[in-house]
Amino acid sequence: MVTVNIDGTRIEVIEDTTILKAAEKAGIWIPTMCHCEYFEPYGVCRLCSVEVVRGRRSRIVTACNYPVRAGLTINTNSDRVKWIRKVIMELMLSRWPNVKVVKDMADKLGIEKPRFVSLERDEATDACILCGMCVNMCSDVVHANVLGFANTGIQREVVLAFHERSDQCIVCGACVSVCPTGHIKMVVEDYKGKKPEFTLGPKSAISVPSLQAVPRVPVIDTNSCIHFKTGGCEICSSVCEPNAINYDMKDEVVELDVGQILVATGYDIFDASVMAQYGYGALDNVYSSLEFEMMLNSTGPTGGKVLMKNGKEPRSVAILHCIGSRDTNHHPYCSRVCCMYALKFAHLVHDRTDAAIYQFYIDMRAFGKGYEEFYTRLLDEGITMIRGKAAEVVEGTWSDSHERSLMVRCEDTLIGRFREIPVDMVILCNAIESRKDSDIVKRLFSLSKSPDGFFLERHPKLDPTSTTTDGVYIAGCAQGPKDIPDTVAQASSAAARMLSLISKGEVEIDPIRAMVQDEYCSGCRICNNLCPYSAIEFLEDKKISHVNEALCKGCGTCVAACPSSAMTGQGFTDKQILAEIEGLMV
Amino acid sequence: MSFEPKIIGFLCNWCSYTGADLAGVSRIKSAPNVRIVRTMCSGRVDPAFILKAFQLGADGVVVMGCHLGDCHYQEGNYKTIRRIPFLKRLVKDFGIDPRRLRLEWVSASEGDRFAEVVNEMTEEIRQLGPLKLYVHNERKNGQPAKAEVH
Repeated sequence: MVTVNIDGTRIEVIEDTTILKAAEKAGIWIPTMCHCEYFEPYGVCRLCSVEVVRGRRSRIVTACNYPVRAGLTINTNSDRVKWIRKVIMELMLSRWPNVKVVKDMADKLGIEKPRFVSLERDEATDACILCGMCVNMCSDVVHANVLGFANTGIQREVVLAFHERSDQCIVCGACVSVCPTGHIKMVVEDYKGKKPEFTLGPKSAISVPSLQAVPRVPVIDTNSCIHFKTGGCEICSSVCEPNAINYDMKDEVVELDVGQILVATGYDIFDASVMAQYGYGALDNVYSSLEFEMMLNSTGPTGGKVLMKNGKEPRSVAILHCIGSRDTNHHPYCSRVCCMYALKFAHLVHDRTDAAIYQFYIDMRAFGKGYEEFYTRLLDEGITMIRGKAAEVVEGTWSDSHERSLMVRCEDTLIGRFREIPVDMVILCNAIESRKDSDIVKRLFSLSKSPDGFFLERHPKLDPTSTTTDGVYIAGCAQGPKDIPDTVAQASSAAARMLSLISKGEVEIDPIRAMVQDEYCSGCRICNNLCPYSAIEFLEDKKISHVNEALCKGCGTCVAACPSSAMTGQGFTDKQILAEIEGLMV
Repeated sequence: MSFEPKIIGFLCNWCSYTGADLAGVSRIKSAPNVRIVRTMCSGRVDPAFILKAFQLGADGVVVMGCHLGDCHYQEGNYKTIRRIPFLKRLVKDFGIDPRRLRLEWVSASEGDRFAEVVNEMTEEIRQLGPLKLYVHNERKNGQPAKAEVH
């Protein structure tokens, strides 16, 4: 630690700290235009010039890159420093009179009008002020080395190499975000990448998936993180005080020994772009229910405001029920939750905007506790209910003007008329469908699926949480579409079932299993390899096979294969089955 | 009166039997000719059962199990898929048309497929006519021969 004197304040700092940092610690402001803590000091704007006094000598240095030494006396506000800053600022202001950061800084330094007239005067508000932040960002942080300076003097400019597009550019946007004037802009052209799941707004490469995430920790999207493209950046780890960010972390497979499993793998939403008539993915302002839910979220991309793509509030909103459900072309079943969340959407849109709200429904299914009451309350709020499934969403014009908007065409079955309703925004109530990977899960746990694609319960009424596989339970939308109260009820029931087995300490197994009649067994060992559970062991001393009753599941494959009929299947013996066949033939 | 074939169906408990149950619950119409024997797994179906069924006068036998890879017992239906084609060659030597023996995969969700298989098979057996075997001539007073149980 060394002691330095800044403007008469004595302050202890670590040796080699820059004057700028030391001054910051002492609470003294030094103006800068090109400084950014993410890369090495550049010292190009010269605005941070301060006067360093050592003994009787004094000299002007840039604070951002001058390291402190013991016994330094620094003046940040002497007349000489003030005069230098004034000249620099006047030169900048004469060249870029309309750039906001330059004007603001000039205001702070008390400069009203520059004395100079610049030959390179640039009236643009987003002119490049040659601070070099983008160049440093690109080389020091991103490690892409795409941007650089060309020429010298008043011809100096920021360019891409040879003034050409570069394949090295990873389109990270770091230069755009660091540019103080907005001179560098992000242009989207020919977007051929994979469409992100939600397209409502930009997201940083490191983010918390949702506010309700458990545990609530941020995750890095390795596809867009600069570090995973160039090895550079690491800004997030440099600002993380507990050093919690580890770029080397990999997905790992952890094997656990468990006795029971609850399959609650949830659902996917129906991809509405399959139904081209609703324009999802093709027309602007047509949203899926989950996207709209995200928009309503106060931490979402619009901060909870209902906005169209152009940033305006919609004048009318259409909510289309049963997209992909109750539809023989897609899913014949009812998704159960849509009617109620559609009403909730209507309520929130009514609450937050002045838009007219239209609901296009087949039937209102307000089946739960308090649901019907909510429905009648919504009717009082002045929402237009149109009975009739919307036929299509097309581009149209707004009422009597020529303003472009969307138009929903449908048959209103209550008045028996075909109607065309102009709207600004369309929300689709997508069907709930089984997860895309449910076939893999199904095989993993030997489950069955019902025709709708959801996992099959052991009995639809008497045993809705357990499955045909012992110790495997299902809950929630993995079993079928259901709302939150039903899911909680089913999951609690499944948990209770599992706990009851745990507290009991032992499991009951079905009496259906195979048994070897020792006196008939010839010890051929055909059955030993057939058993998928390795339940059949060979007794070397007796030279016969033996079934471990705890492992045997009673499939009977070994019984059918036994050449000496020594193996019998309890409950399904040869005698019983043959008698059954005989009985059937009468 | 047209010929109504008697078909014995061996259905595995987890997929096909549930599928048949679903067909019933869903009120899907299907031919009543298939008489069902439930086994825990299609792998439990001893070839002897099938031959015995033919001996006792069945005009056809259908074995139904889970789709490959979906077996409740992991691989029981793989055992079946090895046995049945072999048995088809064998029944030919007994004078039984191999078309009278079928192996079908019906999952628990395929009630409509169960009905389809049953209808199709019934129709095919109807075309083939009643099964005539030497043993059938030895029936006494029209009663089927007693099953011999070892």
